[in-house]
Amino acid sequence: MASLLAQAPILIIAIPLVAAFLTPLIGMRGDKARKALVVGSLAFTAFLVFALARDISITGIRVYTLGATAPGLTEPTGFMFPVRIILEVDGMSIFFGIIWAIVSLAAAIYSFSHIASETGQIRFFTLLLLMVAGGFGMMLTGDLFNLFVFLEIASIAGGALIGFRNRFGDTQEGAFKYIVVSAVAGLMVLLGTGILYAQYNSLNMAFLAQAIQYTTLDKIALALFLIAFAMKTGMVPLHLWFPDAYSVAPASITGMLVITSHACMYAAFRVCFTLYGGVIDGLVVGWIIIILGLLTMFVGVTMAVYQKDVMRFMSYHAISQLGYMWVGVGVGLAVLGTPALLAYGRDAMTGGIFHILNHAMYKPLLFFTGGALFYYTGTRDLAKMGGLAHKMKWTTVLYIIGTLSISGIPPLNGFSSKILIYESVFRFNPILTIVGIIVSILTLASFTKAFHSAFMGAELPEYKGGKEVPKSMIIGMVILAAGIVLITLFPSLIVSWALHPAADALIDHGAYINAVMGAVP
Amino acid sequence: MLSKIVRTTANQLIVFILIFGLYVIAHGQLTPGGGFQGGAVIVSGVVMLLVAFNAKELKKSLRESGLSIMESTGALIFAALAFAGIATTFFYNVLVGTPIFGHVPPTGANPGDVWTGGVVPLMNWAVGIKVVAGLSAVVLAMALFSSGEEMEE
Repeated sequence: MASLLAQAPILIIAIPLVAAFLTPLIGMRGDKARKALVVGSLAFTAFLVFALARDISITGIRVYTLGATAPGLTEPTGFMFPVRIILEVDGMSIFFGIIWAIVSLAAAIYSFSHIASETGQIRFFTLLLLMVAGGFGMMLTGDLFNLFVFLEIASIAGGALIGFRNRFGDTQEGAFKYIVVSAVAGLMVLLGTGILYAQYNSLNMAFLAQAIQYTTLDKIALALFLIAFAMKTGMVPLHLWFPDAYSVAPASITGMLVITSHACMYAAFRVCFTLYGGVIDGLVVGWIIIILGLLTMFVGVTMAVYQKDVMRFMSYHAISQLGYMWVGVGVGLAVLGTPALLAYGRDAMTGGIFHILNHAMYKPLLFFTGGALFYYTGTRDLAKMGGLAHKMKWTTVLYIIGTLSISGIPPLNGFSSKILIYESVFRFNPILTIVGIIVSILTLASFTKAFHSAFMGAELPEYKGGKEVPKSMIIGMVILAAGIVLITLFPSLIVSWALHPAADALIDHGAYINAVMGAVP
Repeated sequence: MLSKIVRTTANQLIVFILIFGLYVIAHGQLTPGGGFQGGAVIVSGVVMLLVAFNAKELKKSLRESGLSIMESTGALIFAALAFAGIATTFFYNVLVGTPIFGHVPPTGANPGDVWTGGVVPLMNWAVGIKVVAGLSAVVLAMALFSSGEEMEE
């Protein structure tokens, strides 16, 4: 167990990767073997993530040097700088790792029935596992070029999965847009990495964070990173591809795409707080993020209100919710290094990160219920649905949980994180809170409308004969709903166990450097 | 299908393309090139056959299921070599110092010693297998789709 734990950071990435390439070989032995492989590998990865999280909470930041004679040997003997690829796992990385482990497991289980009637399932699960490996890589790596590679793995696998149901034309359009946006974002990250590498001769984030000067070139690199990651998360005004891609993918993949956009958000935070942590002009960059975050919240929700396509409607809400996280963490960035950080900045960041956790539970859940509606009715048009609560009892209940949570109705988890953001952000600038509350009301209004048109009313004749969706889809949704219930019951425990360590890991960029470079003399 | 002259020439040339591709893979740790580049050279030979004959003809000998197995095998060999060092760290070079690819490379001007690099040359072969299978499948699929054929599921 101890030696397993010592290798945990790389195993979390390597196991889904190996499982992905085993899928075509084992998949030939039949459905059951393939499902056992997918669920087994993802469950074991999730187990490792939780074990590593527990270990990190006790012993602090964990580094893992690939190919060295010992995992902790970050600088080869006789060298003063890191040479090898280093994985660096702190409270923030493992927080995202936990989210990704839960959602990918739920999505894989949900997929078993959701795409049961499609051809090419072996390829679907190969790509799904590759996407999981790419996502974990982005979260755990401490190397900029590695970050780019894993970003590309996750993007290409995601793009292929969006276009998986290739009998529909719109899936091809969505997948194409996603691939183009991902390629542009990936190249911008590569260019930014190149600019930093040319100046400081290293790709290691901890080394760069120590050496960085904030020259004009560094500022250009920062802008490239931020625009690339903001584009991948669908921040307004770079959100136009987002609903097109998210609404056409199989619902399980849409749920996973939400988390890959969170992974890009993680990368943006990592760049702002760790890579540029010592030199960044927090007030300027923070305000840019806050203003764009407010726009994202508002534009997302106003576009969502009149959507008729259930998945498109939820995609616009995903954009809107991402705005809350940008605002929360942006406020933390704006007051970084000032006394206000302790007064309310840390709480604002905690709120933003808390909202990421909540969003990662309820948004995939809502997308899964949207997928269940599509599975049952064969259409995504809300106007053609109605009275589905009569037949889809499980889906209805789970949809209600998700709706109450996303609208921030007390006592559900969405409320806990939103109130944390409102209260702390109010002390920074009251207007932010006012916009946040208006957006929340509009969210509730539009979800009530969607609920009414899909589930309420008399049973429609064309949907009389159907049955509730298959068990595996319900299990996938119940996993996420259970997460929501747990967070609802113990918000303060979650804050002190997971969220404060994550926020502190972002604030304390010195600890991140020291873990690789050794204590600065 | 092109003329008999082209087909016969392609049949002869493929041998030399294969030899050059295998050379680039085998000397990956010494000279520019490696698994990906050598694999791409070999696939350029496959493309030549695709042009000289046609996709339908080539589909008989290059089956999609076979290519898929080959590709996965290449990736798995690569991962297995990385896992071989897991007792120390992932990607640890276990073969350094052993008779198999374990020589210390000479410095200065020298003709090059193939028996160096530890697991790196083996990884080059793994990548080579994967790239040959993967790229062949890609070009074959593109040729088949553009001629209105389908690949088998």
